[in-house]
Amino acid sequence: MRSTSEPPSGVQGPLREARAEPLRPPLTRGQWIALVAVMVFVLVYPHVFTSPYARHILVMIFIYGLAAQGWNVIAGYCGQISLGQAVFFGIGAYSAAFLYAKWGISPWVGMAVGVALSVLVALFIGLPTFRLRGHYFAIATLVIGEIGYTLVANWEFVGGATGVWIPIDRDSPWTTLQFHESKLPNYYLALGFLAAGTAIVAWLERSKIGLYFRAIREDPDAARSLGVNITAYKLVALSISAAFTSIAGSQIAQYVLVIDPENTFLFLISILIVLMTMLGGLGTLWGPIVGAGVLFPLSELTRVWFGGTGGAQDLMIYGALILLISVFWPGGLVSLVRRLVGR
Amino acid sequence: MTSEIIIQTIVSGLLMGFIYALVAAGLSLIFGLMEIVNFAHGEFMMLSMYLAFSLWVGFGLDPIVSLPVCVMLMFLVGVATHYGIIRHILHAPMLVQITATFGLAIFLRSLAQFIWTPNYFSIKDPIVTGRLEVVGIFIGVPQIVASAGCLLAFAALWLFINRTETGMALQATSQDREAASLMGIRTDRIYALGWGIGAACVAVAGVLVSNYYYIFPEVGVIFALIAYVTVAMGGFGSILGALVAGVLIGLVEALGGLLIDPAYKYPIIFSLYLVIVIVRPRGIFGRY
Repeated sequence: MRSTSEPPSGVQGPLREARAEPLRPPLTRGQWIALVAVMVFVLVYPHVFTSPYARHILVMIFIYGLAAQGWNVIAGYCGQISLGQAVFFGIGAYSAAFLYAKWGISPWVGMAVGVALSVLVALFIGLPTFRLRGHYFAIATLVIGEIGYTLVANWEFVGGATGVWIPIDRDSPWTTLQFHESKLPNYYLALGFLAAGTAIVAWLERSKIGLYFRAIREDPDAARSLGVNITAYKLVALSISAAFTSIAGSQIAQYVLVIDPENTFLFLISILIVLMTMLGGLGTLWGPIVGAGVLFPLSELTRVWFGGTGGAQDLMIYGALILLISVFWPGGLVSLVRRLVGR
Repeated sequence: MTSEIIIQTIVSGLLMGFIYALVAAGLSLIFGLMEIVNFAHGEFMMLSMYLAFSLWVGFGLDPIVSLPVCVMLMFLVGVATHYGIIRHILHAPMLVQITATFGLAIFLRSLAQFIWTPNYFSIKDPIVTGRLEVVGIFIGVPQIVASAGCLLAFAALWLFINRTETGMALQATSQDREAASLMGIRTDRIYALGWGIGAACVAVAGVLVSNYYYIFPEVGVIFALIAYVTVAMGGFGSILGALVAGVLIGLVEALGGLLIDPAYKYPIIFSLYLVIVIVRPRGIFGRY
């Protein structure tokens, strides 16, 4: 498999850079320093910036970063462009919120249920659709997302279009995952999940499974001819991706306490997840996190500058940026930094 | 449920189907040429509707009168999109093409909201109005005009592609870009033309639909979603496939809404798409 370090001539554009390293070498000294610096920063940050708003932004980055990391597994490493990630996000959110609101079951259990359901749905979606290639697969996942949205919006048992309101609880924050005194526990919880997800992806990158994923991305026919069971590994990738996204959804539910189809199953959520990963760098370990880390403050800033006027200038800038980044900077921020650092 | 209601539903489904077919034909043409899915296709439609609306408000021009102007303007928008954006991402990975056109879609949608506010508008008292009664079945005149116009435009598109030299050049480029350029076809211009025609197709549909449809920034979203499904169902790059799939979707949407539940008409279409591509992974008439 070492031979994949030379990408096939048909491969163009930014993915080429990511492909040049099938097995990553051990971290260099500079990378260790950077890693430790990032860790120190995120651990110290909430104690320096104590305002709820400053912490809130990072919490959102961590939660959506996990969802983006999940998409990175299926799209970045395995090359299957799923535009229906909101389904998994929604399943996670509804599992945690609904089980708690209805029967008082702890969101921890809800989160596990969400993961189980999401993986099941991923298998159910993947088995038939992984026969499809390119745009057919992308559009299949897009319409599956839309079907999910309509089904939930019309399913009165889970609240229909109104969604689920999670009852406030102040007595046992670590059971209900509601932290009303301070956002600090939310912060560390989201950080912990993101770190765990990223560690899993880092392990995947170096593992045989990760190599299979990349082989499938590079050339599915060649991978198959070498004996890789491509459908099985695509299913593994989608399941991992679904689990990550579902956990992110469960966290969002307990964090914002009101969920409806609009803030969980909407196509825009799927696209947000895609954009964060693209912006940071697809198929790179840090890309999704960097992307979330840039996109969230950016959308907050544009909203603060222009928001409230109803003129949608914030979205205009947002759309234009996405467009410009895709056209002129398609490898994402991570590849740019790599080029600047010179490796 | 009387047979009249069912026939009524079939007729309105057919009428809607021709509109879907034309919207999808533009998308399919672009895809056939350069294997790019334009995720801003619905926003082109939305823009053409606002153009018709603005010409009506500003100059009192009826959509039927302003149709040629709007179509020409949208043709230019399509050409500009090619030169400004698409040319730079022609060889980029599929994902980059998706996000680039999606970014354009968000930009155009919020631009529309910025210029025209998020309110719903409609064109009052257009020339084509009222409804016809044929053997107990009522059909709105604007709907008939829109469908007939779309069908005509579709026929014109088909003739252009198959009966003119430029159309042949278009087909040649779509089959083999390098061979076409070796034969002296300026493929970059052909691409620009393809984008122009794609936008013009969707503009015909948009302007005619604006006679009876609400105009708002998100109006293109569902049309575009259906167009993706139509194109994929008919087979990417197949114009004729777009017609068949468009009519099929129009019928399924109308009958599904009648027989099952209007709330589920889109999921029914989407499920139909899934079934078709799972059975035939390249769509009904697909080459790709």
